[in-house]
Amino acid sequence: MFFRIVKGGMVRQRKKLLLIALTVMLGASLATAMLNVMLDVGDKINRELKTYGANLNVIPRGASFLGDLYGLEGGAGVSDKYLREDELGRLKTIFWAYNIVDFAPYLEAPVKAADKDLAFTVVGTWFAKTLHLPTGESVSTGMRGLKSWWTLEGEWPDDDAGDQAVLGYVLARRLGLKQGDKLRYSGPDGKPAAARVVGVFNSGSSEDDQAFMPLATVQGMTGLGGLVQRVEVSALTTPENELARRAARSPGSLSAKEWETWYCTAYISAIAYQIEEVLTDARAKPILQVAASEGAILGKVELLMALLTVLSMVCSALALSNLVTASVMERSTEIGLLKAIGATDLDVLLLILAETLLTSAVGAAAGYFLGLWFSRIIGAAVFGAAISVSSTAIPLVGALVVFVTALGCLPAIKLLLSLRPTQVLHGR
Amino acid sequence: MNILELRGVSMTYGAVKALQNIDLAVKQGEWLAIMGPSGSGKTTMMNIVGCMDKASDGSVVLDGEELSRLSPKGLTAIRRDKIGLIFQQFHLVPYLTALENVVLAQYYHSMPDEAEALAALGNVGLGERARHLPSQLSGGEQQRVCIARALINCPQLILADEPTGNLDEANEKLVLKILHRLHESGSTIIVVTHSPEVGEHAERVIILEHGKIARTTTGAKLHKSA
Ligand SMILES: Nc1ncnc2c1ncn2[C@@H]1O[C@H](COP(=O)(O)OP(=O)(O)OP(=O)(O)O)[C@@H](O)[C@H]1O
Ligand SMILES: [Mg+2]
Repeated sequence: MFFRIVKGGMVRQRKKLLLIALTVMLGASLATAMLNVMLDVGDKINRELKTYGANLNVIPRGASFLGDLYGLEGGAGVSDKYLREDELGRLKTIFWAYNIVDFAPYLEAPVKAADKDLAFTVVGTWFAKTLHLPTGESVSTGMRGLKSWWTLEGEWPDDDAGDQAVLGYVLARRLGLKQGDKLRYSGPDGKPAAARVVGVFNSGSSEDDQAFMPLATVQGMTGLGGLVQRVEVSALTTPENELARRAARSPGSLSAKEWETWYCTAYISAIAYQIEEVLTDARAKPILQVAASEGAILGKVELLMALLTVLSMVCSALALSNLVTASVMERSTEIGLLKAIGATDLDVLLLILAETLLTSAVGAAAGYFLGLWFSRIIGAAVFGAAISVSSTAIPLVGALVVFVTALGCLPAIKLLLSLRPTQVLHGR
Repeated sequence: MNILELRGVSMTYGAVKALQNIDLAVKQGEWLAIMGPSGSGKTTMMNIVGCMDKASDGSVVLDGEELSRLSPKGLTAIRRDKIGLIFQQFHLVPYLTALENVVLAQYYHSMPDEAEALAALGNVGLGERARHLPSQLSGGEQQRVCIARALINCPQLILADEPTGNLDEANEKLVLKILHRLHESGSTIIVVTHSPEVGEHAERVIILEHGKIARTTTGAKLHKSA
């Protein structure tokens, strides 16, 4: 009987209920879209960020990473372990060779300016080095591609010219040098040497206080022929997911099948693993700064979306409360009659709640699918990628809808409880 | 034995004194008519006796129960269990069939029993129209559905506010016939009416004026004076 009354009421009021369903649908669709994007956006933003700069740092196994992070020179952070320059071409032979966009080796040396009593660091590197691979191909790689966002006045040194240098703008100011000047210095071996300043760059980071020269020059002055301290690698990676995070924690925990999937996907951890396979005693680590800034942006985007979701739900609740109240008002005679023939307040309350919740459920279901469509549009327009459908969104949206419906029904319930059968039955 | 006793009952709406110091006792099985001019307090009295309103003053005892002491929930329970209400307008739930409207009263009272509800509709001559919606029934037929609904739970007290007010003569006769049958089966009936033709069927008639009982007479006397 209860459901016959609910059904009868719903059929009779279908227009008003349609509006209620529509309201819930819009709210639910927005919430679904936001939640879906929110649950998936991490990987999308990952992809956006990974296209900038180096994302792997390769150092000798056993060497401390601290030197890179804090710019310590000698002693504390830098060990006497090195990577071999002649092995670097192998980076272009790994499974993910085509995902490795650029890389550059580094070897640092402490030097002194000749005329001033000023110590600074010279870094030997490749600028646009042509490598001849065993496969017969040749590729060009180095800082020119790796640091494409640095601003450079002048040009990069020639990798084969021993006496060219670029200075960071801070160092250039300290030395009082500009493009075209001669840089006179004495290397760690104490021998005086000179180089022509072919360019001054601004990197926006600690490199601005360093000088860069061709790798061979620095190897010569340090007596470390054929060796480098570290390599920066820029690779196109697939956004991390659960599998990648698990693999990064401990590759041993994967099943054979998972391991294969992981190895054959361009996760940064898989690429790092493969680099370690081809370079002797090397350790490849994802660079931390990228991950950190990524987290910050992610947090902000998620906050924005959460706020939007809450706001849309508040609006839905307001609209809903209007509609339900109007519907109860319109049916006050009927409700008074039900009370007069023996329905308790609870009976009538359950009736109205059942009706509204059922309508809301229909609206929510429609809204969910509309929301999936929305999230696809958002994914395509904002992130240029498909947003994957997350099933965790379903219970969340469901709970939100129930909460909002209950909230929206409150004013109507108050009205309903105050309805007296005498008032409505005699038209007063 | 008295099924209903009013002692010193008053009802005021702000400055309006709708009922003033009413004393009335109704015996089990009695048929009482309440008459009087418009605004004299007839409906107000029915609302109080029907447990839909509480008197501002005085005591109402229905079947041994003091109404002024009951909570709204308690009043609903009494209304549901002991009283059958017939309204002046034929209030039916518009989207339920005649049968469902009757079953509804059973549902709130105890257990829906369609066979019983169908029999009740048969008793008011509507066995054939049980599956029709109120909008498909004439006024007289709707009022008879209301009566069937009021009687379905076998109430001890039947309250009818102008049950024939909106009916033609033939339907009025039908309704009166049903009331007679109920009276013979021992139900207590209180009918509010303007019409002497309806009032004369009652055993006792009270005339209200300005919220007070102005006169008490019998149906038979009413018949002679008309
Ligand atoms: N809820 C209310 N608020 C204010 N005044 C009321 C209310 N209910 C009834 N009254 C007043 O109380 C008086 C008695 O009203 P009641 O409805 O009992 O009259 P009645 O005898 O049933 O009249 P009628 O024959 O026209 O139905 C009237 O003056 C009416 O205006
Ligand atoms: Mg009246």
